[in-house]
Amino acid sequence: MSFSIIKEGDVIVVDVDGQFIVGNRQELKQKVLDELERGGRKFLIDFTKTGYIDSSGLGVLVSLSKKIREQGGELRLSNLNDDLKTLFELTKLDTLFQIADTRARALQSF
Amino acid sequence: MTLSPAVEPGGGAPRRVIELDIPSDVRFIERVVERVQHECQVMAYARQQVMLNVPVALTEALSNAILRGNADDPSKKVHVHASVDASRLVVEVRDEGQGFDLDACTVDVGIDTVDREDGRGLFLMRKLMHQVERVSALRGNTVRLTLNRE
Repeated sequence: MSFSIIKEGDVIVVDVDGQFIVGNRQELKQKVLDELERGGRKFLIDFTKTGYIDSSGLGVLVSLSKKIREQGGELRLSNLNDDLKTLFELTKLDTLFQIADTRARALQSF
Repeated sequence: MTLSPAVEPGGGAPRRVIELDIPSDVRFIERVVERVQHECQVMAYARQQVMLNVPVALTEALSNAILRGNADDPSKKVHVHASVDASRLVVEVRDEGQGFDLDACTVDVGIDTVDREDGRGLFLMRKLMHQVERVSALRGNTVRLTLNRE
């Protein structure tokens, strides 16, 4: 997996490219936490190019959600394909995260 | 990673078999998953089974074998035997550890536990596979995943 971080206005957008699983999720987590420490408060993680996510990847998302909220920030997710949507529904994580169909809608929702 | 791709001989319906060993290193998981996905795709399994059920459940099983079963010990190996035919996929993942309690590693996944950071692995395996079993082995622990083809 690789990922990129860009800023769109005051929103920090993370694009995840590849599988978000046990072998690779810690680096992304740390980079987001670094941005949080630098004062970022609006975060969007976009899954357009993501294949699948395992339980440790989901755990990172939950952890980031908590830490961002603790700092008064917000996290959104966007562009989950049908399989990822199924995964979030199975684990009830669709009730924890604000998930948008498109990046544009996610950015507008802040 | 040693690999023995095979189409089993005999006059019956074809079966594709993968048998391999990987080190206890989570970086090897994706390659194993890709191989099994490929065989399921060749056997025309349903798209969601190939793109979600197989990769997520198998990643969980391999991750458990490496991190829990083998305690992340690089000197230990994980053995994978996958058999795919027109009816079902059966994958056995064997570690060299002392044993771990599958049920102890999970959380009852629901609205009340949704903000937990861990504990979803076994839940996902059971939701995405038709059967998840712990199989007695001469050494180590073997988890068997079965998915019926759709």
